[in-house]
Amino acid sequence: MGYCPNTPDDIRQMLEVIGASSVEELFAPIPAGLRAKSFDLPPGMSELELMRLMREKAASSGADITPFIGGGIYDHFIPAAVDHLASRAEFYTAYTPYQPECSQGTLQALYEYQSTICRLTGMEASNASLYDGGTAVAEAALMSLRITGRHKVLLDASVNPLHREIVNEYLHGLSAQAVEVAPQGCASDLKRLMDSIDDQTAAVIVQTPNCFGSVQDFRELANKAHEHDALLIVSCYPIALGLVASPGEMGADIAVGDGQSLGNHLSFGGPYFGFIATRKRFIRNLPGRIVGETIDHQGRRGYVLTLQAREQHIKRHKATSNICSNQSLCALRGLIFCAALGQKGFGELAALNYDKAQYAKTVLTSIKGVELLNSGATFNEFTLILPRDAAEVVQQLLDKGVAAGLPLGGYYPGMERALVVTVTEKRTKEEIDRLAVLLEEVLWS
Amino acid sequence: MELIFEKSVSGRAGVRVPMSDVPKAAPLPDALRREDQVRLPEVSELDLVRHYTNLSRRNFSVDTNFYPLGSCTMKYNTKVTENAGGLFASCHPVLALLPGGEALVQGPLSLIHGLERQLAEITGMAEVTTQPLAGAHGEMTGIMVIAAYHKARGDNKRKYVIVPDSSHGTNPASAAMAGYEIVTVPTAPYGDMDLDLYREAMNDEVAAVMLTCPNTLGLFNPHIAEICAIAHETGALTYYDGANLNAILGKVRPGDVGFDVIHVNLHKTFGTPHGGGGPGSGPVGVTQSLIPYLPTPRVVRKEDGSFSVEDHPEGIGRVSDFFGNFGIMVRAYAYIALLGREGLIEVSEQAVLNANYMMARLKEEFELPFDQTCMHECVFSASRQLQNGVHAIDVAKYLIDRGFHPPTVYFPLNVKEAIMIEPTETESKQTMDAFIEVMLEAARLARENPQRLHEAPVTMPVGRLDETRAARAQQVCCE
Repeated sequence: MGYCPNTPDDIRQMLEVIGASSVEELFAPIPAGLRAKSFDLPPGMSELELMRLMREKAASSGADITPFIGGGIYDHFIPAAVDHLASRAEFYTAYTPYQPECSQGTLQALYEYQSTICRLTGMEASNASLYDGGTAVAEAALMSLRITGRHKVLLDASVNPLHREIVNEYLHGLSAQAVEVAPQGCASDLKRLMDSIDDQTAAVIVQTPNCFGSVQDFRELANKAHEHDALLIVSCYPIALGLVASPGEMGADIAVGDGQSLGNHLSFGGPYFGFIATRKRFIRNLPGRIVGETIDHQGRRGYVLTLQAREQHIKRHKATSNICSNQSLCALRGLIFCAALGQKGFGELAALNYDKAQYAKTVLTSIKGVELLNSGATFNEFTLILPRDAAEVVQQLLDKGVAAGLPLGGYYPGMERALVVTVTEKRTKEEIDRLAVLLEEVLWS
Repeated sequence: MELIFEKSVSGRAGVRVPMSDVPKAAPLPDALRREDQVRLPEVSELDLVRHYTNLSRRNFSVDTNFYPLGSCTMKYNTKVTENAGGLFASCHPVLALLPGGEALVQGPLSLIHGLERQLAEITGMAEVTTQPLAGAHGEMTGIMVIAAYHKARGDNKRKYVIVPDSSHGTNPASAAMAGYEIVTVPTAPYGDMDLDLYREAMNDEVAAVMLTCPNTLGLFNPHIAEICAIAHETGALTYYDGANLNAILGKVRPGDVGFDVIHVNLHKTFGTPHGGGGPGSGPVGVTQSLIPYLPTPRVVRKEDGSFSVEDHPEGIGRVSDFFGNFGIMVRAYAYIALLGREGLIEVSEQAVLNANYMMARLKEEFELPFDQTCMHECVFSASRQLQNGVHAIDVAKYLIDRGFHPPTVYFPLNVKEAIMIEPTETESKQTMDAFIEVMLEAARLARENPQRLHEAPVTMPVGRLDETRAARAQQVCCE
């Protein structure tokens, strides 16, 4: 029942060795008054019954909806090899590689992962993963406070609203402050961000592409931040980095993001992984586990968890973060995804996303009354202004089997007619054309 | 083994990218374009598969080796729950946030609600949130809930959190991230937090005390209810770190004992795989009076039996992007349903039986600092072996050579040369006997041939690695 293999005979022999007359006797150290008052759970079931129950639940999970939604989480193609390799039990039933000699598989994979993240983001040092995109932005904000000794970050309000909520939540208890700077239209208000940087600013946090889909040049912003010894934190969408300038090229000091789009299933919100990478000089301020290269006594190359003196199991309340378990297996999926596509394939995939979104832009803005709000470049998302309330329109289109986009009214008061449409490589021309037909129908007939 | 990057051959193609069915668009402006392609490896699919398959073979894992890693509960990860976890792969979380979208995702919402109810019953708490993404994240969330509770009562003077010196490092680290100063109470000679020193440390400036029960020595603290009462007298709250919940399933519920906030590690007690270090999942449970402060959003069951996602306006806000590590939650929900009431009780009983058997058989050779009935794990010291210059780490490395993953060593910090063994309920007497034989052999070698232990491991792809060199070189990615 509980996957417990001991037979009654085993149990009898073991009790004899222990010198106890029953298993219950082993619970004698628990005072009688502390025993469970209730444990009201149904009886167990067989695998067959369990899977019947689970399939019933999975049947109502929106699997037949065509998604043109993103919100930081994207419906991308996952090469079959990712599932197969990440399902190797030697990977998924292992634990944290505290004993490096019998964990070289996980450790080398994480070292390759860190290398991949550095190459994607144009940074010099990555950790072995964080929880998700939102907590990664929050950890980056905390990291900037540690590095600068300051207590304020400037938070561009075109950063994912869910991520901003998490940043505020993390800073709240520490008497630190996130000052939000409203975007202008669909773009970060670079001038106001630059004017707002002062000698109390630990970091400026921006996102590329931002939550409206816009891609901007942050080089000047980086210079301005550095003039004030503040940092630039860029949250990024890794698939976009196959095409769009990396945080490193933009002058960022810390790059973060959600790694879901790299080979992790949508899975109703997780597990995904967060990534964080930085300049080598800030490596000791990184949160979480880091894998480093070294050698054994015979000079053979190997990998270990390193710089552990930053971490909670050594530094306790003075650690750079409380994080212990991370999202190792999801990071492994990210690594295998990148390696499967390879240098050329990764760029092609990004370009395909860009092309499809550009096509969708053209088709959708040819509908009467539908306008594009982004004034500059976008990647695979863009923001439309509809002739009426976007939430209503989305709801009507859901009934027709299409999730047309994310309405922004709930996150940006005054933007009730705005809709962010996401087009990944998985959306076919036919699906895009159908979206246009349905949208036009809902709007005008 | 070479790195995947070292196997790269320029021009070699990997997985084929989908064909385009739309026109090529005008390029991005130069300033926004990436200068060069991302320097990813160029390998064939077979190269890729061989590389990671062979890498995986350089790991010990539960499916290949006994893994008695204390405080980590490395139990067998049932395969049917893995299958269940995959059923929701294509469900987009943003669907639930769309107007009218909740109706489309009733399955996953009912599952979240169901898991919350299962965990509330198992732990004796009123409500549970599944949003925290790991144990430490649950701790931080729980302490934030406690902070919000005090603040809502206008009780602004509380700035300390008490932890025992034997606690997991995450406890003080999490409380610090929630803005608290830490007071550490030493362990008394009897193995638990010193009750007198705790009483002295407790006052009306303390927000909470964080405890693990059974504690990190694997012992059930008989004063646990008193500890809770002392906190409550001053208005402080009590936090239960659920790392060791496996020991007491169906026997004790933290809520009944007097704990106000708990977290559980689904990847320990509820059999979800550890993934080489994660993903975990750290749901948090609270008593009735703390429900208002749980993070937003909440999955609510409506009168008509359907489920909705609702804002939780008085709550602490959002601690993760969506509903938690949902795929892990599916596996835990399925595990609880699979085992049922009797199965879960069997888990704690057999886990405790196995640990006591291990303790009884090993204490002849290994020093047992606290010789009393243990719960799910037992902590030895290699102090006798140290007389021959053999450390806990030497014993651990020898075990690797004999095909066993070592126990946790050097934790808890209050036991010198600690060796912490947690067999879990899914191991058989025969497997444990084999492990015990090797431990006894190590003890013999410590007397007769300590050099053999110092040299271990000799059967792995690498021997002991130079950690100082790694820390100094800071080589964390390849050029």
